[in-house]
Amino acid sequence: MTMTKKANEIKASEINESTPWQEMTIGGEIYEGGTSALVNTGEWRTMIPIFHEEKCNHCMLCVPFCPDSSIPVENGKRKDFDLMHCKGCGICFKVCAHKAISYEKVGA
Amino acid sequence: MGKKTRLSGNEAIAYAMKQINPDVMGAFPITPSTEIPQYFASYVANGEVDTEFVAVESEHSAMSTCYAAQAAGGRAVTATSSAGMALMWEMLYVTSSARLPVTMALVNRALTGPININNDHSDSMGARDSGWIQLYSETNQEAYDNYIQAIPIGENGKVRLPVMVCQDGFITSHAVENIELLDDEEVKKFVGEYKPENYLLKKENPLAVGPYDISNYYMEHKKQQAEAMKNAKAVILSIAKKFEQLTGRKYGFFESYQMEDAETALVIIGSSAGTAKEAVRRLRQAGKKVGLIKLRVFRPFPAEELAAEMSGVKAVAVMDKAEGFSACGGPLFAEVRSALYDVKNRPFAINYVYGLGGRDICVEHFEMIYDNLFEIAKTGNPGEVYRHIGQREQEGDK
Amino acid sequence: MKDKDIMEFRWHGRGGQGAKTACLLLADVAFTSGKHVQGFPEYGPERMGAPITAYNRISSERCLVHSNIYNPDFVIVIDETLLASVDVTRGLKETGAIIINSEKTPHELRTLLGGYKGKVYTINARKISEETIGKNMPNTPMLAAAVKVSNVVDSDNFIKDMEASFRHKFKTRPHVVEGNMKAIKKSLQEVCAG
Repeated sequence: MTMTKKANEIKASEINESTPWQEMTIGGEIYEGGTSALVNTGEWRTMIPIFHEEKCNHCMLCVPFCPDSSIPVENGKRKDFDLMHCKGCGICFKVCAHKAISYEKVGA
Repeated sequence: MGKKTRLSGNEAIAYAMKQINPDVMGAFPITPSTEIPQYFASYVANGEVDTEFVAVESEHSAMSTCYAAQAAGGRAVTATSSAGMALMWEMLYVTSSARLPVTMALVNRALTGPININNDHSDSMGARDSGWIQLYSETNQEAYDNYIQAIPIGENGKVRLPVMVCQDGFITSHAVENIELLDDEEVKKFVGEYKPENYLLKKENPLAVGPYDISNYYMEHKKQQAEAMKNAKAVILSIAKKFEQLTGRKYGFFESYQMEDAETALVIIGSSAGTAKEAVRRLRQAGKKVGLIKLRVFRPFPAEELAAEMSGVKAVAVMDKAEGFSACGGPLFAEVRSALYDVKNRPFAINYVYGLGGRDICVEHFEMIYDNLFEIAKTGNPGEVYRHIGQREQEGDK
Repeated sequence: MKDKDIMEFRWHGRGGQGAKTACLLLADVAFTSGKHVQGFPEYGPERMGAPITAYNRISSERCLVHSNIYNPDFVIVIDETLLASVDVTRGLKETGAIIINSEKTPHELRTLLGGYKGKVYTINARKISEETIGKNMPNTPMLAAAVKVSNVVDSDNFIKDMEASFRHKFKTRPHVVEGNMKAIKKSLQEVCAG
């Protein structure tokens, strides 16, 4: 077995669908936290939410409703969407009482 | 060094566990293995071990407990039999594929229908493809010795697989026989401390165990597991060597008994090997060249080594204490006959299914089997190779 | 192992009478005298009162055989009512002996033994245990009788070993030790040959 690294030094980000079995971690163990952040689930989107900052009064209702934690908050204000992880479910658009989010076809 | 005493097989296993002093035991009682957690629980209650005893509500939970404890960084043990192991089924696979070296004392009992509490190997043989290393024991002494060796075998970095140590229910589990025990310190040193590189409670290094595998990754992990089972062969032998240096007791993949010039031979697992050895002794006294191979390690299966050992033999009877319902022989027969395929001048191989649900097998049965083997060697005609022995027949016992 | 080097025992009792315990105690005393031992009960669904069987093999080298015993040298019957329902002399060697817990004489019982031609011994284990231990605990007297008849271990050593074993087992109840030791000594004397 020609392993370049010890199994527990392998980063999840280094394993992909062309990695040979010798270079994968034992039993699929993952030796770090938060690896879901690496996955571009935004790619799965067919609809996209658009943030209209001028209409937003930062009530924060959309934030807990987002199932993918894709609405970042800084200093009490919501920021634009994290589109790497937003799957375009449209829940934020539904709950926004100020029409600060629109919901459109991807690429439209 | 060494204390000579007398213990039943269950007492011997419980004592080995006490000397190993594992971090966790997760167990649920089932005949005939019940005494193991029972004795062990008294060690826990008396403060003789540091183990956390987790009394669970089912065997599925027992194995889940062991899985979790081992993943957390502890050494976990359990004991079960028959339907109890069947209820662990899913977790057997989950544990081996997560590569967690849990050890299990399996006290072999028929896996039921009609319900039966006595011995055969149908429980462990059913689990032969679950990714566990399987060590089988002829006596209480071997059960004890195997359990102590199971720890460093399973935990070896090249292996990382769970190990089940099997002994025959009632026949050895409840029979008191002489035994030589190691000192506590010797066992402690032999098994060492469990030091996995990564474990759930290691706070500086977060770990996820047993994540979902999509098709694009699953086969690579199975290949790793298959390689680990191959690696286990060398590790089993090197641990056996160390154990021999400590105790003088020799272990390998199998024990060869009078095989040097044997013309006919048996391949057998477990307590009945002793009974068969007595048949060998009697037949040797009568000048017959007979031998016996007692298999200790069934997983990994030592195919090449067994084939080499049988290469000079004319006819072999493979003894299965489990019915596989394949309509062409039991599980051991399938493996042994497959191992013989590449042998030049391979021997005739026949199969006897015996001892199901506690059916006794005696020296005389084995003498008859050797007679049949000589007949096959002489005539060159094996006849029906898939046979049963010990059951009642319309025209008297066959 | 040489063929004659081994002694085989079969115990007949009823669930709850201590046949298994007696069998394990015989293994213990034989072990203490330096023998290789096997002591094992024949298991089924165990029920109080149902007939049960237990076995011993005792030899100077390790006995490898793990089958049941079909041709014992000695049979010990802890409950004489079993004579009516169980073929207690089945396979028993004529050079051996049967020991029965009964107030009757060996001569009186022989007719119930299906023409067995070997030696028959009786011992009133119920009476002995009631007089010494204070209740009907026939297994200690039967163990002593088995030792005496088979001579599997020397009787004097047997007494010494049993005393040590009882003292260990009943550390907090010395009167139990005394009763059991009396039972053993009395039994060794009162086994009745016929």
